Amino acid sequence: MPKNRAVLIDQIIKQTMRICAFSSLFFLFLIFLFILIEGLPLFYRVGVGNIIAGFKWAPTKGAFGIFPMIVSSFLVTIGALILGAPLGLACAVYLAEYAGKKKKLFLKPALELLAGIPSVVYGFLGVIYIVPLIRTYCGGSGFSLLAAAIVLGVMILPTVISISYDALMSVPRTYREGSLAMGATKWQTTYRVVIPAASSGILASFILGMGRAIGETMAVIMVAGNALRIPGSILDPLRTLTSNIALELAYASGDHRLGLFSTGVVLLIIIMILNYLANFVIRQKVIK
Amino acid sequence: MAVVTFMRVVGAAIICLLISAACGNQTSSQVVYRRHVVTIAGSTSVMPFTEKLAEHFMIEHPNFIINVQSGGSTAGIQACLNRTVDIGMSSRELKHEEKSLTEIIICYDGIAVIVNPENPIRALSLQQIRDIFAGVLTNWKALGWIDRRIDAVTREEGSGTRSAFEELVMHGAAIDDGIMVQDSNGSVKEVVATDPYAIGYVSLGMVDTRVVALHVDYVRPSVETILARQYKIVRPFLYLINGTPSGPAQQFITYVLSKDGQKILEREGLIPVYAKK
Amino acid sequence: MRLPPRFVNTLVALLLDLVALGTVGILVVIVCVIVVKGIAYIDLNFLFTYPEDMGRHGGVFPSLIGTIFLVALSICFATPLGLGTAIYLTEYTKETMMTKTIRFGVESLAGIPSILYGLFGFIFFVIKLKMGWSLISGALTLTIMILPTIIRTSEEAIKAVPRSLRIVSHSLGATLWETTLKVVLPCAAPGILTGIMLSIGRAVGETAAVIFTMGSSLRLPTSLFDSGRTLAVHFYILAREGISMEKAYATALVLVVSILAVNILAYYIMHKVIAKYS
Repeated sequence: MPKNRAVLIDQIIKQTMRICAFSSLFFLFLIFLFILIEGLPLFYRVGVGNIIAGFKWAPTKGAFGIFPMIVSSFLVTIGALILGAPLGLACAVYLAEYAGKKKKLFLKPALELLAGIPSVVYGFLGVIYIVPLIRTYCGGSGFSLLAAAIVLGVMILPTVISISYDALMSVPRTYREGSLAMGATKWQTTYRVVIPAASSGILASFILGMGRAIGETMAVIMVAGNALRIPGSILDPLRTLTSNIALELAYASGDHRLGLFSTGVVLLIIIMILNYLANFVIRQKVIK
Repeated sequence: MAVVTFMRVVGAAIICLLISAACGNQTSSQVVYRRHVVTIAGSTSVMPFTEKLAEHFMIEHPNFIINVQSGGSTAGIQACLNRTVDIGMSSRELKHEEKSLTEIIICYDGIAVIVNPENPIRALSLQQIRDIFAGVLTNWKALGWIDRRIDAVTREEGSGTRSAFEELVMHGAAIDDGIMVQDSNGSVKEVVATDPYAIGYVSLGMVDTRVVALHVDYVRPSVETILARQYKIVRPFLYLINGTPSGPAQQFITYVLSKDGQKILEREGLIPVYAKK
Repeated sequence: MRLPPRFVNTLVALLLDLVALGTVGILVVIVCVIVVKGIAYIDLNFLFTYPEDMGRHGGVFPSLIGTIFLVALSICFATPLGLGTAIYLTEYTKETMMTKTIRFGVESLAGIPSILYGLFGFIFFVIKLKMGWSLISGALTLTIMILPTIIRTSEEAIKAVPRSLRIVSHSLGATLWETTLKVVLPCAAPGILTGIMLSIGRAVGETAAVIFTMGSSLRLPTSLFDSGRTLAVHFYILAREGISMEKAYATALVLVVSILAVNILAYYIMHKVIAKYS
């Protein structure tokens, strides 16, 4: 019977779709599994403290301390946020509250295109233009925390802008109308009413921006100088968790490679915490 | 309807790919097209020269395909031990536990200590170089130039050039953690070429007009001084094979050691095997 | 002393205007620099000849082909999977704990940085599955990486299709699959296409995940198990090792222009769709 056949096909297709849907979870599981399988043994053997709180990274000589890299990763990320977050928020506010329809039509995609430019191109331009500028006007070699923070600050803009923008747009119009009706200026309305109402979304955009900055690799390798010490000033070179992996992975074997996977485990944990935080912050708003 | 067509096209494409994948496997095992494939991996210092040799070799032997991958000396040695490559490249001597491989010295290479052309310093002692990389000497003023921090650049852990440098220059002293790290000869040279206050070390064959190679202990680094055993920072470039090499791999090695192959290396600023005895 | 609110208001409006223009200026400057510096060194010859001397001379033909193969393969793998997931989530189930878990999985995949994809692809495809540094290892790694983008955009596109269309189709006796295939998907096609375009852009520009799975051999990949060097990786190596600034700028030009073109096309399609529905 044709009808039955159609139902059967429908069932088969439903199961196929279900398999597709579970593939993402399966891949996530695989990624965790293999990075943990490779990364965890060293934690047992060398000791969690010696890796996470260790200062010396000399994997071919049995020292696997990545504390300086964890600190450096956060320093770079904070630097990127200091530069990128206010700028991104300003752009989002402008787009959501101030820009006319015509301007918005052009500005929004243009700002999102920043996300399309490959990270190697950002890194390259950083090396060619920003590093020499820092060397000439601020001192040091130019390959520095500052250079990395500037490059990453630009790279997190699209994330911060698009998520903050969505948060601002989801503030009900009545809030704005009420404030304006009471005689507040547009800026007072934006500053006192709209931004506070969207604050959780804006916070989430900063956290996701952090995730983007802490995970960026190629651009950071190119401009950060990759020294192993915790930088003493913003003009000192530093090495992040990501660049440690990318610099040495191709070369590594044996325990050295395991050490890089341990670095990967730490990075994975940091990223998952940031993602969870961002999710948590966004959900808070919904509950309110 | 457009979607249905699209799905069909995607489906067809996937099937084609699977078939081609299966075929791809077959051709490589049955050698239907008589293509000889030689895979080489390892040291980034040896790689550019191997690439050049392979280019010339493949012009003369069009039925050969030489795949050259970088990855570093340690990776090359490991890959050779696992037999994932035909030939491993190394720019450092084998460690004790790696001695099961056969070493073939293809040439010798000096390590040049380089600075930017704007830097007036042209000579340093071995001790001074050691102090710079150990983090003892940190200002150019101490060496008679301006009051500016020395931007020293080293190679990453696992690099053959780094381990040769540690052995020949540092004599066991540790390279300071505050020193910048780059992951290839090329990128070290690039930093030194763009930063007037930088100092680094690269394979002598890589030195060109954009950087200046320093005299070390009053000896100019060059092919002549290396041959005269005056310039001491020299290491061999090695090809490694595990057991008996395959026919094509052997043929490539023979070419590299031949007069033609050695000439190419000599032109690149390396020291051919026959010269240094 | 307090400034008059009206004055502050005008000042802020002006400032924000400047900031937004300045930020777009960053994009304009980046694109201009690449175009101005690269245009002199680019011609058909550059696109269709083989590199010589590690890329110091010659063109980028093998990298161009390698990039196209890699991206096409990963799109071929990721599109059915992503589309299937999106259809399942929107058409076949209600919101349950399970769909929430799946969504969580997709979100988590989207948040994982590319270097970790590289690390995973390297250990899983290259080493454990013994695929070596190859086109197929790179494509499979990228597949997982672009999957979240395809799922999210497809899901949104499918959700945007009016419910009434489905109800009509069901009432005419069509099964769920027939409805999905003949009614929902054609309506959602432009949105899905946008997702695919954005994924292409992401895949073309990726370096960290590709360099450790596909390797960096300069040869033209002729089988799925050949190593190759994509344009992005080639650019990275040219620029970082100072092999040739001219070739680096020219490669960057090809890279940036093709990515921008794909992205702009994606926005254009999306804009058309939004205009149609509102």
